[in-house]
Amino acid sequence: MKIGKTLLSSAPKALALGLALPIMAGLLGTLAPALRGHGFAALAAWDRLWCAVKLSIGTGLVSTLAALIITLLIVAALANTRSFALIRRTLSPLLALPHAAAALGLAFLISPSGWLSRALSPWATGWENPPNLLILNDPMGLSLTLGLIAKELPFLLLMALAALPQLDSHRSAQVAASLGYGRIMGFTITTLPALYRALRLPTFAVLAYAMTNVDMAMILGPNLPPPLAVQITKWMADPSLTHIPTAAAAALLQLALVAATLALWLITERLLSPLIPALAQRGLRGRALDAVLSPIAQTLGLTLAASLIFGMAGLALWSVAGLWQFPHSLPATLNLTTWTKALPDLARTSATTLTLALIATTAALTFTLASLESHHRQGTKPGAALIFLPLIIPQIAFLPGLQILALYAGAKGGLTITAATHTLFVIPYVWLSLAPAFTAWDTRTATTAATLGASPTRIFWHIRAPMLLAPILTAFAVGMAVSIGQYLPTLIIGGGRVETLTTEAIALSSGGNRRLIGAYALMQTLLPALGFALALTLPRLIYANRRAMLAERPHS
Amino acid sequence: MNRRAFGKTALSALAVMAVTPRIAFAADWDAILAEAKGQTVYWHAWGGDPKINDFIAHIGAQALERHGVTLEHVKLASTADAVARVVAERDAGQTTGGAVDMIWINGENFAAMKSQGLLFGPFAGSLPNWPLVDTTGKSATVTDFTLPTEGYESPWAMAQFVFEYDSAKLPTPPKTLAALAEWVKANPGRFTYPQPPDYLGTTFLKQVLYGTLSDPTLMQSPLDAATADATLAPLWAFLDDIHPALWREAKAFPENEPALGQLLADGEIGISFAFNPGRASAEIAAGNLPDTIRTFTLDGGTIGNASFVAIPFNAAHQAGAQVIANLMLDPAIQARAQDPAVLGFQTVLNLTALTTEDRARFDTLKLGAATLSPADLGPVLLEPHATWMVKIAEDWAKRYGIAK
Repeated sequence: MKIGKTLLSSAPKALALGLALPIMAGLLGTLAPALRGHGFAALAAWDRLWCAVKLSIGTGLVSTLAALIITLLIVAALANTRSFALIRRTLSPLLALPHAAAALGLAFLISPSGWLSRALSPWATGWENPPNLLILNDPMGLSLTLGLIAKELPFLLLMALAALPQLDSHRSAQVAASLGYGRIMGFTITTLPALYRALRLPTFAVLAYAMTNVDMAMILGPNLPPPLAVQITKWMADPSLTHIPTAAAAALLQLALVAATLALWLITERLLSPLIPALAQRGLRGRALDAVLSPIAQTLGLTLAASLIFGMAGLALWSVAGLWQFPHSLPATLNLTTWTKALPDLARTSATTLTLALIATTAALTFTLASLESHHRQGTKPGAALIFLPLIIPQIAFLPGLQILALYAGAKGGLTITAATHTLFVIPYVWLSLAPAFTAWDTRTATTAATLGASPTRIFWHIRAPMLLAPILTAFAVGMAVSIGQYLPTLIIGGGRVETLTTEAIALSSGGNRRLIGAYALMQTLLPALGFALALTLPRLIYANRRAMLAERPHS
Repeated sequence: MNRRAFGKTALSALAVMAVTPRIAFAADWDAILAEAKGQTVYWHAWGGDPKINDFIAHIGAQALERHGVTLEHVKLASTADAVARVVAERDAGQTTGGAVDMIWINGENFAAMKSQGLLFGPFAGSLPNWPLVDTTGKSATVTDFTLPTEGYESPWAMAQFVFEYDSAKLPTPPKTLAALAEWVKANPGRFTYPQPPDYLGTTFLKQVLYGTLSDPTLMQSPLDAATADATLAPLWAFLDDIHPALWREAKAFPENEPALGQLLADGEIGISFAFNPGRASAEIAAGNLPDTIRTFTLDGGTIGNASFVAIPFNAAHQAGAQVIANLMLDPAIQARAQDPAVLGFQTVLNLTALTTEDRARFDTLKLGAATLSPADLGPVLLEPHATWMVKIAEDWAKRYGIAK
């Protein structure tokens, strides 16, 4: 009992150390070869450095800004409308879509020989052969930016949806409307500042990911030159083995770039923040805005959701396609050859993927719940900044160092250490999806139970956990989805021996076999989708006769 | 059980028959077989082509059935990932029990690993099936990019550069480099090559060198750094000439051979190429290409080389890896690799050294509609020294690495 208490009270510290230590150690592990092998000089001599840096900053900033603005626009213009419910329902499941699968689906949709072009050819376009248009892998990274926006929008939107109930936005909107403000103007003045504060860390995570991601950039991004993070991965894999110091130096540069961009963001934030009070003082009602911006918000939200959904549908179709030549919009024949041939491999990789995800998510959920409960009992407020560390420090900057340290420590690349690394990246998302519901829980229930003589442990297991079953299961599903989608940690820490659906899909994407890529990407999407489906239906089954238990959050 | 015992006897018998002076080595091999039994061999090999993955799975099934060795195919996006892993292990002081047991390798990866002492061996010459390898007729089996293999890697497939085209749209393909350039310029956007340093992409550049250098034999020695710029000038002149007419105006390139093949399948390009004369037939058989696709080589020949397997110095299962390397030289496996319905890779074996029964396995193979006969393939040009590949990949990146 006493040991249990000590363990619980040290959970927040354990969580903080568990997140910070591997990252710091990994960064040091990366720094060493950079200093040893003249990495910085070699990096400075690389003639495409400036181009690669510009791409990293450009695609990262533009996609993050766009995703954030579209998210805010959707919330501002459409909250509590029917199209909002539609966008919410179509976008939410897309959170589970792994980055690589989203990129592969999008690539097939928009490429000159892709589904869109096939659907319109030759009757509308006159194209008998695919047009010679530079759409994918364009030097400016436009298709990469588009892919990042589409993939990050569901994340930011869900984060916004989680924050809104605590901001009392519904009543603010009513008050603003009664004063004659338009929807968007009312939202901007009453809710935006607080909502932005809640979205800030998730936005930073999106920015850091967008600037440093390798999986989406390898599929959609430019190659002449590629964004910095992709070039780092290439250097690490160079057969001449002489580029490892360069890669390490570039990884540190990448870290500095992310830090500098975040600083720039913070400064801009400061500069812009007086604008909203100024706007409020002007007293503009801005009702005309709604008519213009609402359809735009609606169109953008639905188009981006549709691009992901049709991308996946296209991949699904490819996985059963026989010969499918341009410009036919549908395959000439359908067959199950790809699936039957790949079935043993798919089953094996799916099993590995699920095992990793289960271990990592169980560990992450245990840490998160213990930590949150400990904060609750000690009456402290959980700090969120540290939780975001694994999302903000670029993976490419500390994973190579971590791999070398793990080898020194005698840990061969295997399932356990890979799962431990996954846990690092799963914790933030589990925390993000669980903490709002956990802290919003009405503690008066606990007080009542305590006056009836229940111990804190009993209150947790018999009251809080059952009442929070739905958000806990959702957090679990989110964690599973995050683990399933991990690419670099699995590749680098697993030493190539741990094969998941994601590493397989990306290895295949270099080969261009759309049928097999389709099968893997589909499986990669189905697994997390299954998790979310379970998270949604289980509480309904368990609490079929207790409808009030299904309410995720208390309504004020 | 019975079959395994039979296989073992047959192998030993074969070894004795083939190399009578070295009877002792059958006993050594028995010791290796005994050690290998029950081992799991992690073979790091590029995993981007499902046909090759299936073939590796077949080798795995045979290894388990015949020798009790389990084969795990670690699928790589790039062979260099495996090399980097071995380097990381060496840097961490891990000299035994390494994660990589075997690598599908050749060219600069082999040169890098061999020069840094990262390879186990020599072992290839002691494999029981080694005497079947055609080391004289196919000198690429013992010379990897002009570097003698010295038994540090064992060959398993021969490849030759061939062009692919759709005969329904292009009745007479261009058979010289100059004619190809004319065709490219007359058909803008219908030709491209994988982006160097991709293997097939640099091979295309070397093929261009064979057609533009005044003295192609220069390529058999290291590239002289002092005169390199002048030597390579005709190559860049050729590329400068065709680049504006390439697919996407040379502002983007496909990543590798399958990505180039997909462009042909999608009809984005009209002439493609591969480092495998049987690829087109195999893709037609798999329903991925229309059956009007055919292949051609240039007058004067095209570049050819061999694929190898090597074993890292610190591999945990060196015995098992040698058993797999030997199994890959087995006539039945080699014939399977040459079957266009499976891979369409050319064998490394000397067909005249085989038993009548084994030889029949090759003679009965159907070439496939798009595959040229050995006579029609024309001469095999040797791979240039590895320094050429490194330099042209570097210079290519300097010249064309930033899209304009």
